[in-house]
Amino acid sequence: MARFDPYENNGGTCVAVAGADYCVVAADTRLSVGYSILSRDHSKIAQLADKCVLASSGFQGDIKALQKALAAKELIYEHNNNKKMSCPAMAQLLSNTLYYKRFFPYYTFNVLAGLDTQGKGCVFTYDAVGSYERTGYSAQGTGSALMMPVLDNQLKSLVLSYCQLRTFNTKLLLVQDAVTPLSESDAVDLVKDVFASATERDIYTGDRLEIVVINSSGTHRECIELRKD
Amino acid sequence: MTGSMDLPAKGGFDFDLCRRNNMLEKNGLKLPGFLKTGTTIVGLVFQDGVVLGADTRATEGPIVADKNCEKIHFMAPNIYCCGAGTAADTEAVTDMVSSQLQLHRYATGRESRVITALTLLKSHLFRYQGHVSAALVLGGVDCTGPHLHTVYPHGSTDTLPFATMGSGSLAAMSVFESRFKEGLTREEGIELVSDAIRAGIFNDLGSGSNVDVCVITKGKTEYLRNHQLPNPRTYASSKGFSFTKGQTEVLSTKIIPLKQKVEVAEGGDAMEE
Repeated sequence: MARFDPYENNGGTCVAVAGADYCVVAADTRLSVGYSILSRDHSKIAQLADKCVLASSGFQGDIKALQKALAAKELIYEHNNNKKMSCPAMAQLLSNTLYYKRFFPYYTFNVLAGLDTQGKGCVFTYDAVGSYERTGYSAQGTGSALMMPVLDNQLKSLVLSYCQLRTFNTKLLLVQDAVTPLSESDAVDLVKDVFASATERDIYTGDRLEIVVINSSGTHRECIELRKD
Repeated sequence: MTGSMDLPAKGGFDFDLCRRNNMLEKNGLKLPGFLKTGTTIVGLVFQDGVVLGADTRATEGPIVADKNCEKIHFMAPNIYCCGAGTAADTEAVTDMVSSQLQLHRYATGRESRVITALTLLKSHLFRYQGHVSAALVLGGVDCTGPHLHTVYPHGSTDTLPFATMGSGSLAAMSVFESRFKEGLTREEGIELVSDAIRAGIFNDLGSGSNVDVCVITKGKTEYLRNHQLPNPRTYASSKGFSFTKGQTEVLSTKIIPLKQKVEVAEGGDAMEE
């Protein structure tokens, strides 16, 4: 007996890297189902507030519904508090929204990124039911297992040793200091290379890479081509 | 007098361990995965013979295991076979039939015929009742002319002027159905096959990387490995990556010396050759 399956994985990968005064968010633009490609030009990145961006991979139906719900809640916040939502505030809101559907989850793998209230880059990584953590970098989606080890190798020890200077105990990692000392162009270069590598080995990642860089001067978008096979 | 029955020759797979395997799986043992080829494979008959084509991606679930594998297998100097399905199965069955054909050539003193390869393949696959997951496009030219066949995992075959198999078969077949006609020239045949494989490469996620082509005519076979490479790597960091000692975090170190010293015994017998 074939039961109706409410979920579907439309594939794709999202990555975000936080810097001292910038944040790089990137996602591929391939939308797939099974072994077929539905679109080569579908953005996974949504702007929730002017310094806050959400990149999601997973089930596109749930992603669209989640983006709509968050946009509506952001507007209500603006009306109630007479100010736009900050990135850390949006992070908590997303977690609550996801956990609200704990027993029929949004099939979404999210990375929320932007600038915090001090203007420093922040990246929040989520699971499908709202567990979240502020980190210096994260990858979610079908290619995440291929990318995270490379990001860990290139960014983690730098982050840790950078933080070692700031705290006396390496195990006590101040999350607010979890940013990479890499320059903006170096971070973008790393993200491009890591995506090209993941595209080689993950069938669901490819077509085009959309990179969004958020810094004090605003939001800057860039696209590069990826393998289309 | 101990009676010993003359047991009939056993064929096919031995399923005796299946109950044990199911029990182990239920208790949490993770079974090893199979390397499937995903795949787009095609073949067509043109005026002087047959052209075979294949992509070069081998997948293990959603991961690309081999970016440039060979899916066009040698059967005889005048017969080649493209394989889709489980990679081990296609390799094993084509190698096996290739050996059998060679022995048959020695026995008969003649060039192998495509229908011989076909019959050997289909009877083997039928005996294994579909458990040998090999879907093949067999093509070649022999004394009776050019032939092209498809072979399915359960052992059925078709004889066709053009054929496609694998997860990308629909994408490739759409190209063939639009543009195939009888009596194509060699260049037209190679172009059509390449276009069909490219359709599979770009529209099917199970197929990718490069185009392999094999042209078989009377007395001559050309295996054009990586005839087209339409998927170069798009970006490589110009700075490169450095993996210096100390960059990877070492959490703990434990050294266990295995043997403190080695004893050499004097004399003794020399080892037997």
